[in-house]
Parts: sequence; C-alpha cells; structure tokens
Amino acid sequence: MTSDLKVHRGEMITGPTLWWRGLFFVVPGMAWIVAFLAVPCLALIAVAFTSRGSYGGIEWAFSIENLRRLAGYDLFGWSPDNIRILARSLWVALVSTLLCVVLAYPLAFFLASRSVRSRAIWMTALLIPFWTNLVIRTYAWLLVLAPEMPVAKILAWMGLIEPGYPAYPSEIAVWIGMVSAFLPFVALPLYTAVEKLDWTLVEASQDLYATRWRTFWTAIWPQTLPGISVGVTLTLVPAMGMFVVPDMLGGAKYMLVGNLIQQQFGTARDWPFGAMVSIALMSLTLITLLLVGRTKKKEVQA
Amino acid sequence: MKRSGWFVNVLAIGVFALLYLPLLCVMAFSVNASRMGLSWGGFTLSWYAKLFQDELILKAAANTLELALASTAISTVLGTLLAIGIQRLPWGKRTGGALEGLLNLPVVTPDIIFAVALVIAFGALRSLTGMFELGMPTMIIGHVAFQVAFVALIIRSRLQAIAVDFEEAAFDLYASYGRMLWTVILPLLRPAIFAGAALAFTLSLDDFVISFFTSGPDSITLPIYIYAAVHRGVTPEIHALSTLVMVLTILVVSLMQWLTAKSEKESIA
Repeated sequence: MTSDLKVHRGEMITGPTLWWRGLFFVVPGMAWIVAFLAVPCLALIAVAFTSRGSYGGIEWAFSIENLRRLAGYDLFGWSPDNIRILARSLWVALVSTLLCVVLAYPLAFFLASRSVRSRAIWMTALLIPFWTNLVIRTYAWLLVLAPEMPVAKILAWMGLIEPGYPAYPSEIAVWIGMVSAFLPFVALPLYTAVEKLDWTLVEASQDLYATRWRTFWTAIWPQTLPGISVGVTLTLVPAMGMFVVPDMLGGAKYMLVGNLIQQQFGTARDWPFGAMVSIALMSLTLITLLLVGRTKKKEVQA
Repeated sequence: MKRSGWFVNVLAIGVFALLYLPLLCVMAFSVNASRMGLSWGGFTLSWYAKLFQDELILKAAANTLELALASTAISTVLGTLLAIGIQRLPWGKRTGGALEGLLNLPVVTPDIIFAVALVIAFGALRSLTGMFELGMPTMIIGHVAFQVAFVALIIRSRLQAIAVDFEEAAFDLYASYGRMLWTVILPLLRPAIFAGAALAFTLSLDDFVISFFTSGPDSITLPIYIYAAVHRGVTPEIHALSTLVMVLTILVVSLMQWLTAKSEKESIA
C-alpha cells in the first residue's frame, strides 16, 4: 500500500493520511464557525421571509410582508421612516469614516516620526482606547457633554443648545461618539502604510516646487491608499451596524438601522422583521464596500 | 527621512486628547466625593469600596471574567489547530479559498448581524432540543465563534514565517508527526499563541453587542450592567466600575503589545 507515498514538507506520507490529518486540524474550528456563524446568517435570510407568530414567535410560511414593511408600507399606508433610517445610517457611516480618515493622517505621521523606543509607547496609547469597551467610552462622552462641563457651556453660548442642558441627545453628540469610536480603526492601518512610505518621492515633489497640497495628493495619498482602504473597511462595517452610540448619545430622534434591529429583537419581539432589516443592513454594507473598493481600484490605476 | 512638522504634532496631540479626555473624565469622577452633579467634592475611594459590597456588580464582574476566560481557552485551542491545518496542509485551490472566505467572515460582518443571527439560531435549537436557553453557555458559544478566526489569522501569519527546514530537520531525525509538532512547531509558535489568546481575551472584554443579545437574566456582564445603568440613571459606582474595567484593559493590551513585539523579534531571529 505504499503506491501513493509522497513527501510533504520533509515527511513521507500517503495522500489519505494527509487528508485525514487535515480534517483533524480544520474541522473543529471550521465546524464552530459554520454552525454558529455561517448557518445562522443563512437562517437569517430564511426567517426574513416568514411572518411574526401571535406570541412573538416565527410563523413558518413564506411571505414578503417584511419587505413591504421595510419599504414603508403598513396598515396605515406608506411612511418614509424606514427608508430614512437606512439612508441616515449610510450617511452617518460614510461621513464618520471620512472624518476618521482626515483625523488619522496627522496621527499616523506623528506616530511614524517617533523614535523606535517611544513609538511602542505611543502605539500602546492608541491601542488602549481602541480596546476599551465601547459602552464605557460612549458613557464617558455623556460625562464630557454634561451641562456642567465646558463643551455644553460653549455650545449653549453659541446658541446651539439650551443653557443648562447637556449637549446630548443630539446629532453632534452622535458624530463625536462615532468618530472617537472608530478613529483607531483607520489610524492603525494608516500608520503601517506611512511607516513604509518612500520619502524620496515626497522630496522629489518638493524639489519640483509642488505645493504642500499637491505633494500630498501626488506623493503621499497614492502610497497610503492601501492602509486607508483597510481602515475604511474596518470602519464602515461596524459603523453601519452601530447601535450603542446612537442609542446613548442620539436619543429616540436619531435612530439608526442598528437601533431598529435591536427594537425588533427587544421590545417589539418581531424577529422576522428584525431579520429583514438585518439583511437590508448586510446588503447595504456589502454594496458600499464594493463601491468604495471600485473607486479605489480606479484611482490606483489612474 | 521621517519627520513631522509642529502643525502635524499639534493636530495629533489634539486627536489623542479627543480619545483620552472622556476616559480621564470617568477616572476623575470615580474618586470624586460629591454624589450629585459633576462638581468636585474632594478625593474619595468610597465608591470603590461600595463596588465591592454590591452583589450584582460582583456577579457581573465574575460573569465577565468567566466568559472571557472560557471563550479564550476554547478559541485559542481551536484557532491554533485551524491555523496549522490551513497553513501546513496542501489544500486545493477551491477548498483553500472556501476556508479563507469562512475565516474572513467575522471580520466583514457587522456584529449586530452576528448577534441577531445567533439569537435566531439559538431560538431554533431551543425549540428542537429544549437546550440552548440564553445564558452563559450561549454567550461563550457566540464569543468563540468570532474569536476563532482572529486567533487563527494571528497564528497563521507566524506560521508563514517559520521555514520548512525546521520540519524537515525533525523528520530527518525520524521524529513522528506528533513529536515534530510538539517539539518544533509549538515552541516556535508559543509567543504567537499567547498573542492570539490575549487578542481573544480583549475581544471578549470589548464586546457588548453579542453579549447583550445572547445573555440571559443570570449572565449579565459588566458592559451590559453599565449600559443598563445609563438608562436607569447613573451612580458614582459606575465611574469606579468603568475605571476598573479600563485598568484591566490597559493591563491586557500592554501584555498583548509586549507579546506581539516578542513574537516579531523571534521571527526575525
């Protein structure tokens, strides 16, 4: 039975043995991911096309009722609420990602220009808020934006909020919360790109009397694009589904799609509609990532 | 040539302030004696003392640690096996691609989708088997499901840096496969395995959404407790509690940084 004996990485082994070994290593982890991640996500699609049972369960009959409801049709006619929530989520995710990219640049250049020794400390300093639980970080903003604190006082002085009131719930508070939540997601991959930056190109551009602005767009931006693209993916995905920040800082008026989903699985107990909204969120995320990816590719080619 | 002008430095420090200001605020208020409002009433540690008398909080802290430790242990073992299996065995292009896709699934899925998918899956399993009541076991299952991929990705990148020569040398000396793994691969992987475990632990501590959806009434974790407290009205104990969680995060993150640096240094050597 030594007919198919072969050498794999220095070891004499038969094909079937190698195959069984592969299964031994891969199956436990993969089975876990498939059973508790891939299959549930597929089940979500199935559930989205059922309807809510009388006691909050699932009634297993095919229905496109949830799709109609998502589009805004219900017993009382059409309302733009759901569409508005989806559009707002997309808008908030895109703008906070953009703000994060803008703010991440100085941070990345600052980190890259530290000495090797102090860089490790600055990196850890960036990682600590990144890994601090989001509920705590968002709650912390409630303290900073409280009426007694300078931020709310300044906003009140500018006439943006009533004096003596906190600066939340408000749209500004949601922006602040989102940007500070996601900034490290962009800054870390951008830093990796800046560290590898070919500075001779920047010098060449300066030697040719390019303005600072032009140097940035022609010598720095294209080189850091890979880092930005990782950062944008890392930010857009969680930003689209965010519900902690709008829930704590935005209040009921500034609902995002994450809050809508949470409502269906919480108080409303309408899993099928919740599943449909989740699928809408998933599709919207994928489409946005594809579109962002495509514009990136074009820019790289250009 | 690497340098950053004063303008970039000022902006960067400003951004650091944006990240740290809220956290420092929480720390400051955790030792503030005045109970009502946010005015300064002198230094006190009484909120910390109160914390350790509150049974609900102690239970939540125990749950958080239990969840993080159990899920880290499971996902480190599974993730290490998975990384070795994917990186060291000759998968065909197709199977390899499928494995790769599954491994990246948790990275590109918003966690809320994950969480509700799990809620539905556990609901279905519950009506089929009568088990899978929402609680600590379901939370551990959920955490492991997203930790495994991250652990595997870290360990795989280290495996890629370990040359085939080590394995060949072991086999030339008539080592069995198991012995080769035990005496060659695992020792070389050790720093990466620790770094992966530290990452899994932080992922678990950092998670709110998946715990929130898959928890039962007896398996409240600290983030869930704090979230609920914000809606109920905050007491100064919450500041002390948040500060303690931050301190734990700082410790684990520093450890993780140190291990990663060590792992990188050894892969260069």
